[in-house]
Amino acid sequence: MNLDALFTDRRWRWITWGAVALLLLALPFITEAVLGRSWVRIIAVALLFVMLALGLNIVVGFAGLLDLGYIAFFAVGAYSYALLASPQFAVHWPFMVLLPLGAAIAAVFGILLGAPTLRLRGDYLAIVTLGFGEIIRVFLNNLNRPVNITNGPQGITLIDPLQIGGFSLAQSHTFAGLTFSPVHNYYFVFLVCAVLSIALSLRLQNSRIGRAWVAIRDDELAASAMGINTRNVKLLAFAMGATFGGVAGGLFASFQGFISPESFQLIDSIMVLCMVVLGGMGNVAGVALGAVLLTALPEALRYIGPLQQRWFGGVIVDPADLRMLLFGLALVLMMLLRPEGLWPARRRPVAAIPAG
Amino acid sequence: MPADNILLAASGIRKHFGGLAALSDVSITVRRGEIFGLIGPNGAGKTTLFNVLTGLAVPDAGTLIFDGHRIEGLKPHAVAGHGIARTFQNIRLFGSMTALENVMVGRHLRSHTGVLGAAFRTRAAVAEERAITRRAQELLDYCGLAARAGNLARDLPYGDQRRLEIARALATDPKLLALDEPAAGMNATETVALTALLKRIRSDGITLLLIEHDMKLVMALSNSVAVLDYGEKIAEGAPESVRRDPRVIEAYLGGDFA
Repeated sequence: MNLDALFTDRRWRWITWGAVALLLLALPFITEAVLGRSWVRIIAVALLFVMLALGLNIVVGFAGLLDLGYIAFFAVGAYSYALLASPQFAVHWPFMVLLPLGAAIAAVFGILLGAPTLRLRGDYLAIVTLGFGEIIRVFLNNLNRPVNITNGPQGITLIDPLQIGGFSLAQSHTFAGLTFSPVHNYYFVFLVCAVLSIALSLRLQNSRIGRAWVAIRDDELAASAMGINTRNVKLLAFAMGATFGGVAGGLFASFQGFISPESFQLIDSIMVLCMVVLGGMGNVAGVALGAVLLTALPEALRYIGPLQQRWFGGVIVDPADLRMLLFGLALVLMMLLRPEGLWPARRRPVAAIPAG
Repeated sequence: MPADNILLAASGIRKHFGGLAALSDVSITVRRGEIFGLIGPNGAGKTTLFNVLTGLAVPDAGTLIFDGHRIEGLKPHAVAGHGIARTFQNIRLFGSMTALENVMVGRHLRSHTGVLGAAFRTRAAVAEERAITRRAQELLDYCGLAARAGNLARDLPYGDQRRLEIARALATDPKLLALDEPAAGMNATETVALTALLKRIRSDGITLLLIEHDMKLVMALSNSVAVLDYGEKIAEGAPESVRRDPRVIEAYLGGDFA
């Protein structure tokens, strides 16, 4: 099946996009009615992961730089927001200031990671970025002594919810007979951010900068001989990827109201990488799809516990273990069946043969 | 010979890899508008000289003056900025990109759109993107690849890949185009087409530096030829005189024939 045709074919494009837009707008309400409010929360988180995965896709998918510590930028964004909008330092800066600030801080961290690793590629780069991710987490875990900055493993609580203008996302609002609970509000803010991330990714991809990234991925030496300043272009990839992560982190902190270093572990970096690889490295739509599926799949597998109860009259295998087992199995199967991802970056172009 | 007629002057270039002298004290002079052939047996140091020239290797000693600028030791992108473009002996295209996109990458150096321009699709960015596409299409056409624009570079036949490398290099608006064995692996028909293309590039005012094993091709095309052997230049001059040079004959045919 050629999924791209639905979006590129002249006749289908408008129908497809209209349907997608309607579905996305109605989704939280449908979800709440069918699956319950906890699932509205899950799809909101899925949108955050779309942002994260698209950010990592710039680094890994476009520029070909394997980053195993990507969650660190999510952490930097989350802590930037949390520290400046919580009782921790008793400062409560507005979201509209913290959003760009968090993005900028994350971008600086992206360059800090990128600068010493410019000469590294592949396995070596993966190991250094993995170390970077851990360094950030360990710092966050230990910066409570001698001066308490991050509150250590206890994390930061009572983080301010988002407030846009006079509109607080932490309260329910009623419009046109529809009740928007806080989780609905966040869903729509995240939806806007995710859509903007997709648009930005696509525009970057089809630009001079995006081509330079792919050129470096395909052949760094040839790219430099063609006049691409590989140092700057790589740093730009790290900074852009980190920016996406930083913004997502700030949104995450305000949404949860609580963050601790535990939310930013190696497994989370790997999870985001899985979304990129499984979705289809380098393809924006595929990566977004991967993020949604990999956020929803572990949640769906939670139902394994109750199902065991129903079928076997008791819990035979610990649901948490079984969940990871099935999740791993799903990953292996998907990689075996579609090694280039669910929605690969580009198929071999087929020569058009005029009919008749 | 007036000095401004010289496009590239390499003097005393030395490059060692461990104990191996890849280049010892090599000097060449390339004049504007000519095709300069660089020949020599395998391992003579031709590609190393190319790498030094294009910034991919830093010389241990020696100077490179290109179009009035010292360029030895500059980064490859800076060398490209001064106007030297190259192709590679073992083709190095951007395989996952189409032929057109490969050439568009070549325009990177001569365009400016950054992240913000791309994000907001400013009028300047859109106009530049259109100009890049148009120029890339012209260059594909120039190199006889117009029909291949939409094909992925890695799917192209070998001869087309070689010509695509030339198109991509031309996109950087070079003053000097350095070609590392452009005819390698080509059949007779393809070589004839390549010869015509190289002559056309020269007549359009671009100087060519050519590494080639096909003697007939080099001798037919070049205005000047330099011969390298074991990292040393053993001859330089017009093709006819180089061909008769006893040291060249010895290097190519072995000592017994000298």
